Amino acid sequence: MSPLYSIIHRDFTLAMRQKADIFQPLTFFALVITLFPIAVGPAPETLQKIGPGVIWVAAILSALLGMERLFRDDFNDGVLEQMQLSKLSLSWIMFAKVLTHWLVSIVPLIFISPLLALFLNLTMPMYWALLATLLLGTPILSLLGAIAVALTVGLQKGGILLSLIIIPVFIPLLIFATSAVDTAMFGLNYLPQLAIIAAMLCIAMALTPIAMSYAIRVSHQ
Amino acid sequence: MDVLVARNLTCVKQDRTLFSELDVTLRAGELVHLTGPNGAGKTSLLRILSGLSLPESGLVQVHSNSQSDVPLLYLGHKLAQNKHLSAIENLTYWTALHRVNPSLDELYEVLARYELVGLEDLPTGQLSAGQQRRVSLARTQLVDTSLWILDEPYTSLDVSGIAFIQARVDEFVAQGGCVIMTSHQALLSSHQVKELALEYRI
Repeated sequence: MSPLYSIIHRDFTLAMRQKADIFQPLTFFALVITLFPIAVGPAPETLQKIGPGVIWVAAILSALLGMERLFRDDFNDGVLEQMQLSKLSLSWIMFAKVLTHWLVSIVPLIFISPLLALFLNLTMPMYWALLATLLLGTPILSLLGAIAVALTVGLQKGGILLSLIIIPVFIPLLIFATSAVDTAMFGLNYLPQLAIIAAMLCIAMALTPIAMSYAIRVSHQ
Repeated sequence: MDVLVARNLTCVKQDRTLFSELDVTLRAGELVHLTGPNGAGKTSLLRILSGLSLPESGLVQVHSNSQSDVPLLYLGHKLAQNKHLSAIENLTYWTALHRVNPSLDELYEVLARYELVGLEDLPTGQLSAGQQRRVSLARTQLVDTSLWILDEPYTSLDVSGIAFIQARVDEFVAQGGCVIMTSHQALLSSHQVKELALEYRI
């Protein structure tokens, strides 16, 4: 096994052994979205109007819910120490861990999103726009969130601090993502918004692993 | 041959200076026993030597002579194993991280020497504290390196376990390896033990 593959393999194996950790964000996501039509009334126009926003906010909150798990166990067990001491670049290790985390806990959310889009009366073009924004946008959630997790992993009660640090950072993403779906509602071109989200993703992929590895080194200090 | 040279190390934790301007030189074939009362900074020193934390001031240089990918082996208080993974899995992933890929047979053989026969495939969370410590110490057999940094390796081991680890340390030192370790009991080594004592400072 190559070192990076072993990290991905390990995180997959662990995720399969602790299935509750995968289902928790997924159930939360589904429940929040099911509650909305009941709470605001089932008028199709209202639901269509709030739909994209609701799905994105629910996605951010459920991503946040599973986020702490990303480094917590490995930090407490001392596995991250051994990773830092290996000759492999810590940034690559972090990137591999975030990638696995995204595949394991966020991709299932994207899979059930068609069903939830149906609950909220989203039209087909809106759904495609939503799917595109989720595919490009959720990795940004994971990458940026991981920096905050790495910073707070050494603290005993980092949960609240974690949300306070990362929610503001997600606001630009939320604005462009919901605006893309709104534009799709009117049948207009939403590629500009997607291009901006894609640009954010490129920057995040290039820079966040460096920040994460630095934050882990600080947490190990 | 110097394996590790540290100069002018100063460590400050919570506004308390644990040690200042400390020089440490570790040579091949040397067994160093780091002693001192609780809170003297033994673990902090070992973490600085291993490169996990940075000293307030000073410099640490590790001269690795072996061809291996692992310049040093650090085993700390945390056992670096996930309780949901078995001993074999924990060691497989750990060795892969260090670019050594022992075969499954080799892993079973090493674990057998650490008296873990029949426990290889159980989640390590189900093992006793001493057995978990043995799994962690089995790493010393799996990589080729010239320096072991062991922080309290005897914690929760039984008498025969301590004797076994001591024999392993002696064997490694005899082969020209260097070991720096902390322990609150005297080291009964066949080699000359160099003592490095830290004082508790206020």
